[in-house]
Amino acid sequence: MATYAPPIPQVSAQRAEPEPTGWTSWITTTDHKRIGIMYMVTTFVFFCLGGTEALMIRLQLGAPSNTLVTPEIYNQLFTMHGTTMIFLFVVPMMAGLANYFLPLMIGARDMAFPRLNALSYWLLLAGGIVFYASLFWHPPEAGWTSYPPLSESLYSPSGGQDAWIYLIHLTGLSSLLGAVNFYATIANMRARGMSWGRLPLFVWAILTYSVLLIFALPVIAAAVTMLLTDRHFGTHFFDQTEGGSPLLWQNLFWFFGHPEVYIMVLPGFGIVSEILPVFARKPIFGYKAIAASTVAIAFLGFLTWAHHMFTTPIPEAILVFVMLSSFLIAVPTGVKMLNWIATLWRGTIEFKTPLLFCAGFIALFLIGGISGVFLAIFPVDWQLNETYFVVAHIHFVLVGGAVFPIFASIYYWFPKITGRMLGEGLGKLSFWLMFWGVVVTFLIQHVIGMDGMPRRVYEYDNVGHLALYNQISTVGSFILAAGVAVTIFNVWRSLKVGAIAGPDPWKANTLEWFTSSPPPVNNFDVVPVVRSAEPMKDIRHEVQRRDAGATAGAASAPAGATQVGL
Amino acid sequence: MLAFFTPSSGASPNAQEIHTLYVITLVIALIIFFAVEIALGYALIKFRKRKGAVPAQIRGNTRLEAGWTVAAAVILLGLAVLTFAKLSSIQDPPNSGPGGSTLLGEQNNLIYASNQRKLPPNGKALEINVIGRQYIWQFVYPGANEPDGLGAPYSYEELVVPTNTTVELNIVSEDVVHSWWVPELGGKFQAVPGYHNYTWFKVSKPGVFRGQCAFLCGRGHARMIATVKAVPPAQFEAWLARQKQLIAEANHEAAMARAKLGAQTGAGQVENP
Repeated sequence: MATYAPPIPQVSAQRAEPEPTGWTSWITTTDHKRIGIMYMVTTFVFFCLGGTEALMIRLQLGAPSNTLVTPEIYNQLFTMHGTTMIFLFVVPMMAGLANYFLPLMIGARDMAFPRLNALSYWLLLAGGIVFYASLFWHPPEAGWTSYPPLSESLYSPSGGQDAWIYLIHLTGLSSLLGAVNFYATIANMRARGMSWGRLPLFVWAILTYSVLLIFALPVIAAAVTMLLTDRHFGTHFFDQTEGGSPLLWQNLFWFFGHPEVYIMVLPGFGIVSEILPVFARKPIFGYKAIAASTVAIAFLGFLTWAHHMFTTPIPEAILVFVMLSSFLIAVPTGVKMLNWIATLWRGTIEFKTPLLFCAGFIALFLIGGISGVFLAIFPVDWQLNETYFVVAHIHFVLVGGAVFPIFASIYYWFPKITGRMLGEGLGKLSFWLMFWGVVVTFLIQHVIGMDGMPRRVYEYDNVGHLALYNQISTVGSFILAAGVAVTIFNVWRSLKVGAIAGPDPWKANTLEWFTSSPPPVNNFDVVPVVRSAEPMKDIRHEVQRRDAGATAGAASAPAGATQVGL
Repeated sequence: MLAFFTPSSGASPNAQEIHTLYVITLVIALIIFFAVEIALGYALIKFRKRKGAVPAQIRGNTRLEAGWTVAAAVILLGLAVLTFAKLSSIQDPPNSGPGGSTLLGEQNNLIYASNQRKLPPNGKALEINVIGRQYIWQFVYPGANEPDGLGAPYSYEELVVPTNTTVELNIVSEDVVHSWWVPELGGKFQAVPGYHNYTWFKVSKPGVFRGQCAFLCGRGHARMIATVKAVPPAQFEAWLARQKQLIAEANHEAAMARAKLGAQTGAGQVENP
């Protein structure tokens, strides 16, 4: 090994045609990588907007009976925050990551329907712009769940509610087209030899994400259309005085809304399942169990929506059924957690930033998973539902389960996208700030909820220690925001001065590392035949064996191999 | 100290039983939490990259994986059994105590046939209608003196109840979705327009219990307070009679004022005479 550089795979991607340049090339592109970048940048901008709204919420709650914002603005803030983070950040960010990496991981040269793919992005952007344009008139204020009658025109006459409806429609259509595209790509465009049992686990997750979207989105599309016609065209779907039912909305919304949670976290699970083995230098523990539990969670996710309705007038048989189905979903989720820890077990763990974010994900998501069991027990939920306990639960699930994997993937895949490494020091600083930020902000919110503070209130009386607890939470939110800011700075800095990454800086397992960084327009000249779930490991071994066998003195061989791709 | 980790409770048996169920769940949850976090921390520290260490190329262990799948299922099954065991004490109201209010209504099961509505074994409870409105709670007590249910005494924001008496709440809404919640007296129940929702509580000692609307109902949501004031039955009945009298007097005054106004402006020109 002393005379020989570490094995570098035979990168065989040539720049077949010159990359188009200029801003028009971005508007007209159908390249999955460029669309992926546009998705990621756009959604990250929305993440920053949603985060700013969150900070304003926390500032308002930093003192009891605070008058920083009016009740009207406060309601608009949490409506915008929830809607933005879900519909304009987590779901489309996962689509952006999948857009960029899914074709690369399965050895395809683009998505199955490139132009449809571009349409998905532009629909998302249009939805986001329509929604945020309402800032200049009157933003929606009925919460991200927009329950009628409050969201009906009698109680929410402003156009902001309609902007919300259009956002759901446009981002829904965007996600639906994206989901069909992902499904078709995975089903038809895998490299030779990549059977279902060799599919990268991130691709398994995106496949499941797509199926969930395809089943769930038509339901929310129908629900918001009914809301729209109720508001403007004289129908009465949700008006009990005319034979409609407000509970119909709750059922339709949560039939979509609960699978939506898995739409947001399953890709995160996939990312973690890709990154942990790379930095533990070990294969994933229980590939089949992880893939199977992904599918099981998706299926069970459609049977549990009524646990959001435990306090509504519904028959007891449904309460019992939904409690049991919600318990059941904890089993495959728990199995995954243990599989990830077993993946670390007896490995040689390299503490790079992507690994830290994955470990942070396990530590934080565990809290969200366990508090979910409390909420599944319906009599206990009667106390905890609609309080800050639930706010804490959803944030441990979504910040732990989706935001941390997204940050892990930023650090893991940035070298592939840009050809440069992100700074490790800043990365670790960002991780620790974000990790403790989440703990400080959200752990205490369980207690705030149990002390009787409902969610979505713009002020509270200082009963017990509510003021102190809320101050702790507010301080935590700024620590979290500082962590995010460090990563933004890191990205900005590393784009110029980051170390050159090379095609495979992490010695990873999947095919996106087989091509140069950034990959050329056509991704690969030659797509290798896949022989296992870790094709790059096979390729590295193969190159190592061939080079060792050919000649020990051929120093030019590895240099040549590096050159090809760059 | 325990109150830090548990929901508020302590004034009504149902809240108390939920509290017990919560505490048992919390103990199980904390054991699992610490076991997993410690395993994670141990793995991260113990198996960090060291010189000469070789990662074990293990791809899985069917027996181990099946084992922890079954273990997780068994723990949850235990929780389910526990919940079912506690369910009747949380959901089913007890009889009123011997010193309870005498204003108990004999509830007619045929009219209110509903599987959500539970009655005490003797069928007697003080039924109070809870009406949610943007942004105030109204409480209507028994004592209607007209056949259409009008003329019953009512109050706003503060619900006065007799101690030692099983109080049944019939929760409705007149505009948007609200949610009834007084933490120390049990769980939340949504007030959904067009639906009836039911819960109950039984307070043993006099006291004041604070609650508020728990479902977003608009800009005044945070100020939609509900206070329950439990007083001895005799005091309650006196309060109720006084309330009825005050309402009757106010109605009478209003009628007089309307009549006076009608005489001044000409009958029929005043809306809602």
